[in-house]
Amino acid sequence: MITVHFFALFREQLDCDSIELSCEGLNTVEDVSARLATEFSKWPSLTQKYQVLVAVNQTMVDTSFKVNSGDEVAFFPPVTGG
Amino acid sequence: MSTIISIQTQDFNHNTLYQQLTHENALDGAVVTFTGQVRQQNLGDSVTGLSLEHYPGMTEKTISDIIKQARSKWSVNRVIVIHRVGKLSVGENIVFVGVTGPHRGECFAANEFIMDFLKVKAPFWKKEITTQGERWLDARTTDQVKANQWEEPN
Repeated sequence: MITVHFFALFREQLDCDSIELSCEGLNTVEDVSARLATEFSKWPSLTQKYQVLVAVNQTMVDTSFKVNSGDEVAFFPPVTGG
Repeated sequence: MSTIISIQTQDFNHNTLYQQLTHENALDGAVVTFTGQVRQQNLGDSVTGLSLEHYPGMTEKTISDIIKQARSKWSVNRVIVIHRVGKLSVGENIVFVGVTGPHRGECFAANEFIMDFLKVKAPFWKKEITTQGERWLDARTTDQVKANQWEEPN
């Protein structure tokens, strides 16, 4: 399984903090994002409208990054702390 | 050499933090602190408060990495970074960065570096509560430009 977390605007828009996905057919972050489109009808429009950052196991990566069973993937908008 | 990182809902006390930076620390001649607070005006609207969210675990890891980078560039000794999350009102403290070291120049630089990278790397998100309603803040290009300046060769 792969655990996917959403933060801020994405969490709010999807009304979901996190979801567990079976890793079958998921090789990269891009595959995870494609799977999310089947789970959430809003996901494609969100990713078109907003810049999406991705972290795997709490490190920022790009969408070609490989994912494995047990990974924690997070999608979120650009950060605005401080 | 010590590092304290805390992500917390409760306010922080400057006197306590200053004591933590200076107590039994005669080695360091400089103490530089920065505090960020919730301001009243943003993008032309009156702000009544903020709601701050973060990614537990990744936040602490990211700030720790930023502090390590600062330590590799400048001679600094004690470092404290406190960042609040949850609901905050106008005028309340958001963030504290305190740095001690032998000389002020390095402490000023390290403090600014930590703050600049915290703003563009640490996974926090601000939702502003204004008289016009609530809105998630967009990242500012100027913050990224400021952080990028540290990476340009001298």
